[in-house]
Amino acid sequence: MASGTPRHRPRSRPGDRALIVLLLASLALAGSLLHAALPRAEAHTQHAPMLVRDLGLTGLALFTEARYTRHLGLGDRHAAFRDHPMALEHFPSGSLLPPPRHLHD
Amino acid sequence: MTERGGVLARQRYLADYTVAAMARRRARNLGLLAVYGGMVFVLASVLFYTSALKHEAGLLLAEAPEIVVQRMIAGRHDLIPGGHTAALTGIRGVREVQPRLWGYHYDAAVRANYTLMVPPDRDLEPGTAVIGPALARARGASAGDMLSFRGHDGALTAFRIDAVLPQASTLASADLLLVAEKDFRRLFGIPEDRHTDLALHVPNPREVQTVAEKVLEALPDSRPILRDEILRTYDAVFDWRSALVLLPLSGALLAFAILAWEKASGLSADERREIGILKAIGWETSDVLQMKLWEGALISLLAFLLGTTAAYWHVFGLSAPLLAPVMQGWSVLYPDFRLTPTVSATQLLTLFFLTVFPYLVATLVPVWRAAVTDPDEVMR
Repeated sequence: MASGTPRHRPRSRPGDRALIVLLLASLALAGSLLHAALPRAEAHTQHAPMLVRDLGLTGLALFTEARYTRHLGLGDRHAAFRDHPMALEHFPSGSLLPPPRHLHD
Repeated sequence: MTERGGVLARQRYLADYTVAAMARRRARNLGLLAVYGGMVFVLASVLFYTSALKHEAGLLLAEAPEIVVQRMIAGRHDLIPGGHTAALTGIRGVREVQPRLWGYHYDAAVRANYTLMVPPDRDLEPGTAVIGPALARARGASAGDMLSFRGHDGALTAFRIDAVLPQASTLASADLLLVAEKDFRRLFGIPEDRHTDLALHVPNPREVQTVAEKVLEALPDSRPILRDEILRTYDAVFDWRSALVLLPLSGALLAFAILAWEKASGLSADERREIGILKAIGWETSDVLQMKLWEGALISLLAFLLGTTAAYWHVFGLSAPLLAPVMQGWSVLYPDFRLTPTVSATQLLTLFFLTVFPYLVATLVPVWRAAVTDPDEVMR
């Protein structure tokens, strides 16, 4: 080969490039799953259950606006009509929450 | 070259050709990838968030009392007299009957409801209180500060904040205000022999149902609520809410399904001509199918991988800012919490079969139809 001839540099093939992208995306998901599987000593997984046991709590503090949404399991049969049987629902989460399942049974 | 080497080399050439062909329609394929990935992201976010909340609720409420006994009068929850406690103490299987004192207080200052409670296991000094983290944030209060509340008789009762409950327990304690029994009774005007309800501790899970029946026999005016019922209620709530999130999105999902079907099944004139030319120059039907399989697999796998990864970090890294307001509700006192990452193989497989599989099938059927017809006819 003449010394002045430019050396042929093999270019990466399009299929290989796509597979590399796919491999990187798979690694990203695998990394996320590995993160999920990591043993964690996060405080909230220990503190909160302990508090629930000590205080005898029966509901999560997710919907605190009304009594029948704060303690979902303890709502009485007329919770949504607490003022009178034709009363309209006052609270947004009340209208988005289904009644507790045990009230259907 | 061995036979296996030949097959691999063939697949590499097919992949090269497919990617080069896709690059010619770059904008169209990137657009499809973005919409497809976005759909996977939304579905996966709802799935991850709902199951993580359910997991969290299950973890917390597993520690709740096995049975809570309420007294009902005219269909409403009423205070339970001391005699009821004595009536339940002798039931076989019940280790402890714990009268509870708790209720709600609406604080007009921040327009929020607090859950007031007398802690059964610690003696608080009258005039002091322990508060939940969201309440502390809403009132800007910390240990040593004073908070006053108007009682049932209009009189103001002041509490010195003894401590703020740890942020780590916020999912259960965000709105709590723990006070001494004396203060609680004075604030709400509750007589000495009355309690809010009774918590029954039944160590053997197989006896819970029997104990509940015995409670009803002993106290016909009561309502025993089992821990399992509370857990089922939370499961139903999160299922219901995830359905509520997905319902408005169903239009978008349908639009995407139509787009994907259209893109995958309705071959454009260009694509038909391309298949015709490939067949004319000697490609087998199976080559064309494999080439289209490469195309469908690349787009759907990439959308699945990117969408699911983004959803994972959206839910567990950023605490789901796009979903949390709908899934949590409209409370003034939001618990500020991070969910423990929980992803199961079933969730991933469900997502995979819901998103990747239909797209691959939709891609292959029309291509197969075009590929088996005569090249001359296809190119016309």
